[in-house]
Amino acid sequence: MNRFDYVRADSVDAAIRAAAGDPAARYIAGGTNLVDLMKYGVERPSLLVDITQLPLRGIEETSDGGLRLGALAGNSEVAFDARVRERYPLLSSAILAGASQQLRNAATTGGNLLQRTRCYYFYDVATPCNKREPGSGCSAIGGRTRIHAILGASDACIATHPSDMCVALAALDATVRVAGRDGERAIPFGEFHRLPGDAPERDNNLEQGEIILSVDLPPDRFGPHHTYIKLRDRLSYAFALVSVAAALRLENGAIAEARLALGGVAHRPWRKPDVEASLTGEKPGRAAFERAAAELLAGARGQGDNDFKIDLARRAIIRALGQAAAGKPQSQSHKRLEP
Amino acid sequence: MRASSTDLPATIEISLSVNGRRHRLSVRPWDTLLDVLRDTLDLTGTKKGCDQGQCGACTVLVDGARINSCLALAVMKDGAEVTTVEGLAKDGELHPIQRAFITHDAFQCGYCTPGQICSAVALIAEGHAGTREEIREMMSGNLCRCGAYANIIDAIEQVMGEQAKGGARGASRPDERTAR
Amino acid sequence: MPQTQHVGAERDRVDGPAKVTGHARYAAEFPVDGLLYGVIVTSSIARGRITAIDLDAALAVPGVVQIFTHRRRPESDWYKHDFSDDVAPPGQPFRALYDDVVHFSGQPIALVVAEEFGIARHAATLVKATYQAATPETDLQTVAHYTPPKARNGIAPPPARRGKAGDAPLRVEGEFRTPFEYQNPMELFAATAVWDGDDKLTVYDKTQGVQNGQNQLAKIFGLKPDHVRVVSHYVGGAFGAGLRPQYSLFLSAMAARALERPVRVVLTRDQMWSIGGRPATIQHVRLGAGPDGKLQSIEHDAVGSTSRYEDQQENIVNWSGLLYPAATTSLGYKLGKLDLVTPNDMRAPGAASGVFALECAMDELASEAGIDPVELRLRNYADRDPAEDKPFTSKELRAAYRLGAEKFGWGERNPAPRSMRDGHELVGWGMATGVWEALYVPHTARATLTADGKATIACAASDIGTGTYTILTQIAADALGLPMEDVTVCLGDSKLPTAPVEGGSWTAASAGTAVHIACSELIGKLLEQARRLNDSPLGAAGRDDVVLAAGRLQLRGDPAKFVTLGDALRAGGLDHIDAEGSAKPDQSVAEKFTANTHSAVFAEVKVDAELGVVRVTRLVIAVAAGKILNPKTARSQLLGGAVFGLGMALHEESMLDHRFGRFMNRNLGEYHIPAHADIHAIDIVFVPEQEDHLNPLGVKGVGEIGVVGTAAAIANAVHHATGVRVRELPITIDKLLPGL
Repeated sequence: MNRFDYVRADSVDAAIRAAAGDPAARYIAGGTNLVDLMKYGVERPSLLVDITQLPLRGIEETSDGGLRLGALAGNSEVAFDARVRERYPLLSSAILAGASQQLRNAATTGGNLLQRTRCYYFYDVATPCNKREPGSGCSAIGGRTRIHAILGASDACIATHPSDMCVALAALDATVRVAGRDGERAIPFGEFHRLPGDAPERDNNLEQGEIILSVDLPPDRFGPHHTYIKLRDRLSYAFALVSVAAALRLENGAIAEARLALGGVAHRPWRKPDVEASLTGEKPGRAAFERAAAELLAGARGQGDNDFKIDLARRAIIRALGQAAAGKPQSQSHKRLEP
Repeated sequence: MRASSTDLPATIEISLSVNGRRHRLSVRPWDTLLDVLRDTLDLTGTKKGCDQGQCGACTVLVDGARINSCLALAVMKDGAEVTTVEGLAKDGELHPIQRAFITHDAFQCGYCTPGQICSAVALIAEGHAGTREEIREMMSGNLCRCGAYANIIDAIEQVMGEQAKGGARGASRPDERTAR
Repeated sequence: MPQTQHVGAERDRVDGPAKVTGHARYAAEFPVDGLLYGVIVTSSIARGRITAIDLDAALAVPGVVQIFTHRRRPESDWYKHDFSDDVAPPGQPFRALYDDVVHFSGQPIALVVAEEFGIARHAATLVKATYQAATPETDLQTVAHYTPPKARNGIAPPPARRGKAGDAPLRVEGEFRTPFEYQNPMELFAATAVWDGDDKLTVYDKTQGVQNGQNQLAKIFGLKPDHVRVVSHYVGGAFGAGLRPQYSLFLSAMAARALERPVRVVLTRDQMWSIGGRPATIQHVRLGAGPDGKLQSIEHDAVGSTSRYEDQQENIVNWSGLLYPAATTSLGYKLGKLDLVTPNDMRAPGAASGVFALECAMDELASEAGIDPVELRLRNYADRDPAEDKPFTSKELRAAYRLGAEKFGWGERNPAPRSMRDGHELVGWGMATGVWEALYVPHTARATLTADGKATIACAASDIGTGTYTILTQIAADALGLPMEDVTVCLGDSKLPTAPVEGGSWTAASAGTAVHIACSELIGKLLEQARRLNDSPLGAAGRDDVVLAAGRLQLRGDPAKFVTLGDALRAGGLDHIDAEGSAKPDQSVAEKFTANTHSAVFAEVKVDAELGVVRVTRLVIAVAAGKILNPKTARSQLLGGAVFGLGMALHEESMLDHRFGRFMNRNLGEYHIPAHADIHAIDIVFVPEQEDHLNPLGVKGVGEIGVVGTAAAIANAVHHATGVRVRELPITIDKLLPGL
């Protein structure tokens, strides 16, 4: 771990001021990813601004009937919050699919969004990595790619975003509220994370020094018709090879609205509104689900080790839509996958 | 102005309550709670298994919640109440989970054991797990290379059963399936 | 005959209270005044030379005491001395910081020693090495394969080919692969070295052999062996990784000696991939049989990986000549040199890999022949060792098949693949045979009894979680007629009576026998004292006529005739009495017999028919391992072996990037071992087995046997469920999906 200074901020403004002008400063809350990365020398902050004392802990109702998750609300707290479980069970399920109870207790809502990729080469400072050291090259291409992207990758980076919670937040059309020196702004969830393109060092569209204030959920629309399926190399405490968040609103036996997001396959949760739109009006059933899977995975390309993820994702999408349509969401404790 | 990388970061005074005892400590920002417990306070019951939040051996309770102490910077826990495995037995009486671990032979080498035990104590207090599947899932953040898993779950189930019978267990919260 | 109140009965672990309260101290946990912290810097390349190491920035950090590299280490003869150890394979053992040559990625190239751990860790990040890199070779498939010119001590090369290849009516053939696996005990390798001055060194080390480490350090540093003390009271798992002294031991001792201050060196989890591991294998198995399933030929060839500098060897293929008789038996074993650290023995070394291949091939043969897999094995049952044409000391494998099958409900199995379902899940039942050597090796122990009726047992063996403290307490308590609370067992200290490394499942039999004999000798010496009393009631008694019970040495047939412990000691003017005992294997037993433990493993898997997610829902392991000293701790060992085997079957793989010669998933988040959620019902069945030849206790050991066969049983169950035969471990979703 490198040498760094530490300050504790007592207000959002103070935090922003403390980090201002220092591109190597980092905000720290749960620390579950940042401290790990610092031990590897992947993150070498000059300054840590401790934001845990900021008043961003609450989970509050919003005026439009939605819910505001404070940036510092713990992952466990959110997952087990009665309102979240009742109105956003998809989010609760996705959070509980990730990490361990210990990590979820420490990790925060804002921090979850800012998790960095698990790419082996990103973590290994002995190998070139464009995300870690822009311009040094991508070692993953042509290397071990079991956990790498099949969608939206570039010649510069094939890393994936590791969060489960974000896949649900993408499907739920959340909004990320952030503050910076120039004031506050709201970023639709789908525009928060980036594809790698030629700047893979940027995981998201936060500007230097901006801080997440909250993640806002719009009013619930899906009732019991949702699911989160996570496929991985052991049955718990492992990152996703492929995960699917699906939510459907059914009217008169037909799909009135669909949401479909993938995790573990791209640099950000993978969602295509046009595919969701094309499900609208369809009768839920295998034919429609297969078509949606094919459209969502259009252009998918494997890197060798991860070629199987294309087929796996296809099957998982079909299963997830089936579970959502049946109103039988996947349990995260019972490892038998629901039909 | 930032100091150069060859200066040491200044030490910071913090206060930690560990197993009911308050400590005034001088720590550097890079010291983890785990290293402070082990190296400064000689509370070596809390184990370093990976130092990356990937094994659970360092699990302790901070303000009642189980966390990986290897990923917590001590300076950020100023004022916190910490319970480690050394703080579970009271007046020489083992905690029921500790007793059950012995009865069910829920460990072999013993290195993951303090983390498993702290995790199990928290799991019961959280009240999110009832069935064996739920206990397994909520204990999955504690790896055991000796493979004592089945016995660990037996031990936890026994204590949960005793507490339910004794009425000591709080109102159990439904698991995520029932929230649909 | 010992009284058997405790031996054979379920007893709680005597080290339980220390372990559940956190008071058991492991290698990095001994408080020492003035302690320095050492952090290791490792090589980023796998092969080549270090051209320079820039230490300026690191040395400038306040609190850094010293940085050792191959250019900055004590100039002494240490490195000319022998770095070998009791279990080293042929070759030149790795010497940390010896010269500029890089042998493997992750090799230690510098040790930063500082006043605080944080300072050492920080300064280590400032150490910058430059290299002249050569292209590493790490692909076992493409390197040259050779027969090791010198056999490793204790590892027999395959026997000569028997018989000629014929044209058996039924033939199966397959290539099997097992990946690099790492022990990954939960405790990181660590050593705390204290230089006592006067040429004395004490090291608290994580090891399976305190005297192995002691002897290595004494040789390297030119110290008298009794001036080096290695202590390892508790070991946080090792699974073979602690058999050879690891470089953490040498580096901590070297730094402590050079600086004349205590130094602690703890590896990172990442660095746990630079200390050995299970070699990768490529294996070919060909079986030929008659229509009745009787084997006519067994051919098994294996290539295992080793390093460039040592020929690590294990017994992968010999099991195939031992388990089943066949007129033609052809076994081959070669090595391939890779630019990696030398592998070491990982739980059930050789057998875990080799029996996987054989037992999967047997399952394929059962399918081919249309014979039930258990029946096939019964038809090919070896009542004598087919390789050496000798009887077994004992072998209740037939009963293991029967009891295991009964417990599992094997009779209900529909033999056709994909024929059993549970809703949308495919159900598979598979089985395999397990085998391991029943080893019994020279071992000593000392028993001491004081006038207050308390006994102490001492030997240098380690308890790596196996239950050694507990079973030795049971044996001594029975032998000395004491409650277990009055017996204290001291282990893991090189100053105690001689013990070999703790491995190979031999400790229960060997240390147990040594303790049993020591206690018996002690009673003999006590009797001598008792007979010195005037009108001693035991005046005419011989050693075999007396027992010690409740502090009285009494006649076996007439307990009213006794001498109290106190009186006997007083008669000799003693306050305590002690005796040593030695387990000495009878060579003629090894010449006349073959000694093995056996198991029958049954597995049930449920596989999602569309998504390929595998759950191992049931495992039954029926084990014939002679006398079980403590069914509670033995069961735990076997449960642990089963979990280890399950990880091997479904999870574990260290993934190499051949371009860098580097394992890429060097952490517990990406190198998967089973978690709680992966482990469902596991039943252990102890098969009664009378063992009369091997050792006086009739014990065979259960440390490895739970692993052997488990991966094959699961692979066979996966095939039965899905119709997909996966011959390359681990069985991950990607390998099943195309067949679903």
